[in-house]
Amino acid sequence: MNRHAAAVGRFIAVVALTYLGLLAVTFFIGRVIPIDPVIAIAGDRAPEHVVQRVRAELGLDKPRWQQFAIYVGKAVRGDFGTSVLTANPVLEDIRKTFPATLELATCGILLGAGLGVPLGVWAAVRRGGLADHAVRVMGLVGYSVPIFWLGLMAMVLFYAKLGWVGGPGRIDVAFEYSVPRISGLLLLDAAMAGEWEAFGNALSHLILPASLLGYFSLAYISRMTRSFMLNELAQEYVVAARAKGLSETRIIWRHALRNAMVPLVTVIALSYAGLLEGSVLTETVFAWPGLGLYITNSLQNADMNAVLGGTIVVGTVFIGLNLLSDLLYRLLDPRTRVGR
Amino acid sequence: MSGSLHTWLMSDRPRSRRQAALGRAYSGWRTFARNRLAMVGLAIVIALVLIALFANVLAPHSPTVGELSQRLLPPTPAHWLGTDDQGRDILSRLIHGSRITLFVVVLVAVLAAPVGLLVGTVAGYAGGWIDAVLMRITDIFLAFPRLVLALAFVAALGPGIENAVIAIAITSWPPYARIARAETLTIRQADYISAVRLIGASPWRIVLRHIMPLCLSSVIVRVTLDMAGIILTAAGLGFLGLGAQPPMPEWGAMIANGRQFVLDQWWVAAAPGAAIFIVSLGFNLLGDGLRDALDPKGAQ
Repeated sequence: MNRHAAAVGRFIAVVALTYLGLLAVTFFIGRVIPIDPVIAIAGDRAPEHVVQRVRAELGLDKPRWQQFAIYVGKAVRGDFGTSVLTANPVLEDIRKTFPATLELATCGILLGAGLGVPLGVWAAVRRGGLADHAVRVMGLVGYSVPIFWLGLMAMVLFYAKLGWVGGPGRIDVAFEYSVPRISGLLLLDAAMAGEWEAFGNALSHLILPASLLGYFSLAYISRMTRSFMLNELAQEYVVAARAKGLSETRIIWRHALRNAMVPLVTVIALSYAGLLEGSVLTETVFAWPGLGLYITNSLQNADMNAVLGGTIVVGTVFIGLNLLSDLLYRLLDPRTRVGR
Repeated sequence: MSGSLHTWLMSDRPRSRRQAALGRAYSGWRTFARNRLAMVGLAIVIALVLIALFANVLAPHSPTVGELSQRLLPPTPAHWLGTDDQGRDILSRLIHGSRITLFVVVLVAVLAAPVGLLVGTVAGYAGGWIDAVLMRITDIFLAFPRLVLALAFVAALGPGIENAVIAIAITSWPPYARIARAETLTIRQADYISAVRLIGASPWRIVLRHIMPLCLSSVIVRVTLDMAGIILTAAGLGFLGLGAQPPMPEWGAMIANGRQFVLDQWWVAAAPGAAIFIVSLGFNLLGDGLRDALDPKGAQ
């Protein structure tokens, strides 16, 4: 029991330390690199009273460590300052844009894991065969192709030339106000409101960017699944199961995959985090009004508060998923459990 | 003649250090050369280097000056890949852009790999609190979103190719530190290290002269595997307008430029993307082959 508490305590310490590290880096980027942080935040044409206010907010007359302490205190409370571009608190902007990114990345990971795991299993079972090579080539292409370019080309082909999918944005303007905003996840909101026409329209907009993100996670997930499965299929329990006369299907899907799932959960959680980040470029291409587009728009307008606020939020989610995968691994693998 | 060279290289009893080293390299090369895909990767990378070296000779037109009367032409015999919105020959821009790609990749590797190597070997050899602190920092950096952090860095430093390189380098050293530390842990107890220590070598000398060279090959493999990712990140920064500035023919920025006309003149954006794809594929294939040749454990 005591050891358990110690493990939990250590875990919390690691989370806190990593988060503090993230804040230290963003503090460095926002306050130490720029020659004048006030200009970096308010812009060089800001009126005198804005400059004064920002200067007071940052506490620039205080020593650096005190500035950092203030910075951390504000960040923990979710106060990332005001966006110059939208004149809203950065957190409020992020709250508006994040569901769009969440929806996109979630659909992406569902596609990526849903297809990547079976493909990886298939490649491992047919090791050295045609299926193995096909999956390998698919993965290699996924690792090598620039996502924003593939998105652009896919949009030209499937939207402009063939007209199979909806174009940029989340939904057609005609449906913009027919869906009540409940969770911010457009598909979910449309389904709950029973607006099936709007649902279909939103789906037609979502399908292309989500497939693209799904493909990228698929490349990684299928490769790792294959390698974990090969590892499991070489174990003695597989031989024992075969000797017992179990069907090959049962051995692969019930016995080997179950054991391979333990490290796979980590891989899937990490790719999910990767998709949240990968959506920065995808959202730019598809004009998807999510966090990634918010960050890049702010970048182009030198809106540092918004950029760093977005970075911290993405970083927080990233760290959270990283540690969650670590935790899941411990929960799922009996060997890593703390002994009684 | 070649037969005797082969036996000399493959000899089990090398007479000199040089023969042993050359023999090792030769047998590594033979393993590598058996892998056909890896050879394709090597060919692509060599082609990239050659094109970058001889860009001035190879490019049929100027990469920065175009003729406005010839804008947005489709591919023709005069302009194999067509022209962009300023009438510049796209093929010539791609050829000159290979220099920027190579510049970024080499510079990031030169900046990030030694840092990772140093952090990892020092942490692994020193152990104790030094190890704990250095690895905690590495873990913190590993848990960061790399692209978004690179974006934020460039936003603060200002757009430009050098700043993009710095931003990518800052976010890409941690994996090298992890690898170098793991390697160091396996060799720090080796007899020859104890022997060197008995002779009276300082810890720094042991780390720099006796441990680091042995970690080099795993780090090089990892760097090669990462190069595709570095190219893609650099292209992404360029696409967002944060990398190389116009009129430099950076491939990512060229895609961003072609994006405006993508519905009617799709080839303007298609060509640079294909170039990025081919080059990163080359590095991926090369890296896979190197890993299989140098580290048979990692290959499955």
